[in-house]
Amino acid sequence: MPLLEIKDLQLEFENEGRSLRALDGVSLSLDAGETLCLVGESGSGKSVTALSIARLLPNPPAQYRGGQILIDGRDVLKMSARELRSIRGGLVSYIFQEPGTALNPVHRVDRQIKEMLALHRPEAANNVEVIRLLKIVGIPAPESRLRAYPHELSGGMQQRIMIAMALASKPRILVADEPTTALDVTIQAQILELLRELKRQFGMAILLITHNLGIVADLADRAAVMYAGQIVESGPADRLLRNPLHPYTKALIAAIPDLASKAARLKPIPGIVPQLGAWPPGCRFQPRCSQAQPECARQAVELLQVRPKCWVRCPYFDTPTSVSVQV
Amino acid sequence: MIPEALLEVRNLRVYFPVGACMLKRNKQAVRAVDDVSFAIAAGETLGLVGESGCGKTTLGRATLRLIEPTSGRILFSGEDITYLKSAKLRSLRRNFQIIFQDPYGSLDPRMTVADIIGEALDIHGLAPGRLARRQRVEQLLKDVGLDRSHAERYAHEFSGGQRQRIGIARALAVEPALIVCDEAVSALDVSVQAQIVNLLKDLQNRHGLAYLFIAHDLAIVEHISHRIMVMYLGKMVELGQARTICHEPKHPYTKALVSAVPTLDPSAKRERIVLSGEVPSPIHPPTGCPFHPRCPIAEARCKTEPPALRETTAGHWISCHLA
Repeated sequence: MPLLEIKDLQLEFENEGRSLRALDGVSLSLDAGETLCLVGESGSGKSVTALSIARLLPNPPAQYRGGQILIDGRDVLKMSARELRSIRGGLVSYIFQEPGTALNPVHRVDRQIKEMLALHRPEAANNVEVIRLLKIVGIPAPESRLRAYPHELSGGMQQRIMIAMALASKPRILVADEPTTALDVTIQAQILELLRELKRQFGMAILLITHNLGIVADLADRAAVMYAGQIVESGPADRLLRNPLHPYTKALIAAIPDLASKAARLKPIPGIVPQLGAWPPGCRFQPRCSQAQPECARQAVELLQVRPKCWVRCPYFDTPTSVSVQV
Repeated sequence: MIPEALLEVRNLRVYFPVGACMLKRNKQAVRAVDDVSFAIAAGETLGLVGESGCGKTTLGRATLRLIEPTSGRILFSGEDITYLKSAKLRSLRRNFQIIFQDPYGSLDPRMTVADIIGEALDIHGLAPGRLARRQRVEQLLKDVGLDRSHAERYAHEFSGGQRQRIGIARALAVEPALIVCDEAVSALDVSVQAQIVNLLKDLQNRHGLAYLFIAHDLAIVEHISHRIMVMYLGKMVELGQARTICHEPKHPYTKALVSAVPTLDPSAKRERIVLSGEVPSPIHPPTGCPFHPRCPIAEARCKTEPPALRETTAGHWISCHLA
């Protein structure tokens, strides 16, 4: 049994009597010690999927219309407030994109980490443990940082503090939502290195959300690509990047400049990412797809298992002309 | 450096006073740009990369006199514009434009697209008469891949990529020779970034534009630039051909920067240089070479002697004692 299993999750946001569907049948699983990257552009639903795992979206406006989120076989959507508290920050820890806004600006570092410890491991809520955690996340001279306020630390340091807080409860699942997007590339490399090390050391499962395919190549065991509230492709990360099957995955890889590539011209995806509530009929990617057939617009497409561990939401994934992407 | 340079910047410095206390004699200053020289030829793209706070935006803006330089000289087509007064400067501004990072914040929400683009035409008197103005706006919209029917709409009706196209049309309206693109594609979705990058390249071919392309994403910069300049803590550390900078960098900072960019190709998994520490404060830059506290190969003299910028091979400039 996987550690985390999301089955056919349906999520809507209600606003002034109008329902906007944000997730439409999202299914994914995460094994212990595994790193899964969730890839997609803004508005594809990757962040709300991640926030759903510990049910962090406020209700209203968020309404789950169906599906299950199973952690160790227990459904998060059916949990009581009390059970949820033990999951949140306990079994499942989060780190977010903007460490500067995720930390409390008026509390010192030691107090913020001790607060986590007091909730989940009260016996360890002391300076010794805080220093141990700060050492794990690579903060130099941790003793001198205990009394620092978040604003006295750089972005990279703040993200390390966030990771230390996330580790305080000894989580089994670490959800990292664009943890390096706000950081400079040399600091990003430091944080990615740290995540790799933590996974090796503690065997945590990591769900990493990113729009950067380079990070996927770097860190992921498996990857899932989201588009307009659905997963359109998932599989082992190597295979997905080297031999993408879904037209959107192919187009995305072709659209991104890469230091290793020698293409003279980028191949953009025509059109724009569809907005919430304005998803096209049939296949969601069909208006931008270079291989679209007339029937693509008529009928919704199911996620199909095409090989062991490979899922694709496109019946034409193995069309031979599939390499060319419209310019 | 280049005789036929369109833009030449010599020893530019931009210092911002901090903690400006009237009574204090010894004012501190952020050395945002510290002794930077470069040139851009007509039709050329010079990429400018560096981490946040290294001074790349300040340099881009000071080049256009949107921020007043502390010292140094800026020559546009050989004419010194460093100390030009406002009226003269305004007429020269026709020649250099800027495209901003945030396509949401840089367009006036109360103006129609036709007015946003037309404002520049009006200021410089480029399309007198309503008909001429209208035709010119429609032509510009077509140039950037928008429809003429878009002219009467407002900015909020457009997606991020379309807004950036409007910003580009506004910059193009005055037929500039140089456009500073300050993180012009950073805020866009990855699938849309490529559209704008290709548009910028097409416009360059068509109009012979020169770009100063500022970005933190090295892969995009390599893709669009002919030459790349790398900044660290207000100083230029390396300048050379785009391919050389990205594939055979010489300066230890550039090496680390290139190796830190995550790449798709698993066979290209290079030895990653993870720099320790963080960018120091530009108020108290380190003595000697500004990079020495993080440099993996620093020697004793790096701590005391600031390295001079040297041309190691033709057109390749490095500021390092050891490279």
